[in-house]
Amino acid sequence: MTFQGWLYIAVFVGILLALTRPMGLWLHALYEGRRTPLHVVLGPVERGFYKLAGVNPDEDQPWHRYAVHMLVFNAALLLQTYIVLRLQGVLPLNGPGYAGIGADGAFNTAVSFTTNTNWQWYSGEAAMSNLSQMLGLTIHNFLSAATGIALAFAFFRGFARRSTTGIGNFWADMTRVTLYLLLPICVVYTVYLIAAGVPQTLAASVDVATLEGVKQTLALGPVASQEAIKMLGTNGGGFFNANSAHPFENPSAVTNLIQMLSIFVIGTGLTWCFGKAVGNTRQGWAILAAMMAIFLVGVTVVYWQEAAGNPILHSLGVAGGNMEGKEVRFGIVASALFSVVTTAASCGAVNAMHDSFTALGGMIPLFNIQLGEVVIGGVGAGIYGFLLFAILAVFVAGLMVGRTPEYVGKKIESREVKLAVLAIAVLPLIILGGTAISSVLEVGLAGPLNKGPHGFSEILYGFTSAVGNNGSAFAGLTAGTPYYNGMLGVAMWLGRFFVIIPMLAIAGSLAAKKYTPATAGSFPTTGLLWTGLLIGIVLIVGGLTFLPSLALGPIADHLAMIRGQLF
Amino acid sequence: MTNNLSSALRPAIVMTGLFAVLLGVAYPLAMTGIGQAVFPSQANGSLVTENGKVIGSTVIGQAFTSERYFNTRPSAAGDGYSGLASSGSNLGPASQVLHDRVKEQVGRMQAAEPGKAIPADLVTTSGSGLDPDITPEAAFYQVDRIARVRRIEPEALRRLVAGTIEEPVLGFIGERHVNVFELNRRLDALGAKPVS
Repeated sequence: MTFQGWLYIAVFVGILLALTRPMGLWLHALYEGRRTPLHVVLGPVERGFYKLAGVNPDEDQPWHRYAVHMLVFNAALLLQTYIVLRLQGVLPLNGPGYAGIGADGAFNTAVSFTTNTNWQWYSGEAAMSNLSQMLGLTIHNFLSAATGIALAFAFFRGFARRSTTGIGNFWADMTRVTLYLLLPICVVYTVYLIAAGVPQTLAASVDVATLEGVKQTLALGPVASQEAIKMLGTNGGGFFNANSAHPFENPSAVTNLIQMLSIFVIGTGLTWCFGKAVGNTRQGWAILAAMMAIFLVGVTVVYWQEAAGNPILHSLGVAGGNMEGKEVRFGIVASALFSVVTTAASCGAVNAMHDSFTALGGMIPLFNIQLGEVVIGGVGAGIYGFLLFAILAVFVAGLMVGRTPEYVGKKIESREVKLAVLAIAVLPLIILGGTAISSVLEVGLAGPLNKGPHGFSEILYGFTSAVGNNGSAFAGLTAGTPYYNGMLGVAMWLGRFFVIIPMLAIAGSLAAKKYTPATAGSFPTTGLLWTGLLIGIVLIVGGLTFLPSLALGPIADHLAMIRGQLF
Repeated sequence: MTNNLSSALRPAIVMTGLFAVLLGVAYPLAMTGIGQAVFPSQANGSLVTENGKVIGSTVIGQAFTSERYFNTRPSAAGDGYSGLASSGSNLGPASQVLHDRVKEQVGRMQAAEPGKAIPADLVTTSGSGLDPDITPEAAFYQVDRIARVRRIEPEALRRLVAGTIEEPVLGFIGERHVNVFELNRRLDALGAKPVS
């Protein structure tokens, strides 16, 4: 670990915190449906979309209507991508002449991109035509992100509104977020990425005659336009197999820093937006403080472990940090930081191969996802996931002092707590269940590349990533089989929507309640005590369930590594 | 509930179609147009052309394995530096395969030039398999060999390497590195002929 490395981490956090309030203000304008300067240009587009779709943006939807409309829209998107991928062979912009994707693969990918997971069983440059990348995948990067943010807005309204049934209009939320937030930033971001060396062309590839006289064919495509929304929308689905480790996706240390910032910026802005929505921005900062504390511990562990390196390679005479699976232009610190950012948020882009991290260095990304990706988290999903933990935290605090718990002016009663537990329990149930089944079935055991505990970690990471809607991988796992495509496809769907439905039900139930002003006996939800309690609840409720599985995977792997035992 | 469902159908279908056109077609095509017009070199892959032939990209690594060039890192992309199959090795830290691979390469390097400290990046595969860079240490490590093969003063090669090192932006963003394609082009430009 170096001073330069820590400075890099400190500057990253500093820029992020500086962006939190401006981003929060912008989000809050969209949350309230206020007019922005961009309405001059995009307002007609918005109104045109409503008109053609027969949407009344002022209709205030009760939670179940919001939920059904969101679900039907996502189902339509799923179908659209499934069809594009299946028909790829006969559609245009298919330079290399790729065949249509098989049924199980197309199902998996359509679910993956609809749920903001972007788990990729395929290798982009060897399976997807440029049209599939654009029409099948880029569109989801926007709309799954917009869906997530819309859902967070709906949840905020549950806390902010009083004695009402409506929690907003899904179509208005989703459309506004897409048009006034994601699209404008992506236009600017894409131009920057192109200038920095990310290709943007309709050509599929170019042949190079190398200095050593060998033919090297470089895959190309409309990379930059997908890269921008891939990061900003915490999607993470790479244009290329190597994702943001690929020099065409992430050509320099500066693009790398900006990619990491763009993963987090909406997520942190949403914490501020939440505070503003409930009338006290300190509520938002308290949440962000708890998130950042967990984040920084994770960064420290990964940086420390990766800088310490692999003792097995040291014994062979190779000194220094662990460079297997890392790019020289990023080195140890930017790779370590990226891995924690991408798994704390539900992005899943990678700039180094997590599978080749040291055992404990690779455990932190895994553990981040198991916590439910609530440390900043995916756009929208992070904050609503974290608020579920906040509900549990006030409940626990209420039990300790013997009072009905309250949070930001709303009484938290048994219905909300039950629903929060239901949403939170989905993760361990499917992650551990899926991993257990795959660890005994032959079709499951065919997947891992590595042997021993690391092979188990590959399966565990796969299910964790799918259910947590992350999309990163211990990529040694051969996941492009009907078994894994099916299992992980279902896991992604359940992991997304079985959290969302109870969450929206809570929003509806909270919106109907009247405002309960804080009294001297209320548990304060802004100070250090609260932040500490939140961290404790996230780690204990979210994390403890997974400790046995971590012992079987990364921890056993670590013990083997320091003893020099090979698999 | 049925009312919710039926009322969702039209907006869901129409919005899917509208956004598909806007985000899946118009946005990437408009970006392609801007990119091709304003930054044509970068938008097409930062390609370097010599005598009408594309000889490489400043961004992407290519395989350098011969004795007379500065070598790039080992690569897990296809047969090595495949531009159609980017990938890391995905081998875990306690992997027998990783151990054997590194041991074999370290053995060869130590047999050729005993006693020199081996830079980690020269015996590890990168995340993409297309890493264009090596560390300055890895470049200096190769100076003696290239000096011998090309009959160039080692000192001249060291100066060449030192002049090709890219420093971190603002002193802390990124790592010091050497673009191997760039370095080898400069090496060729020195003009010395290899030993036949």
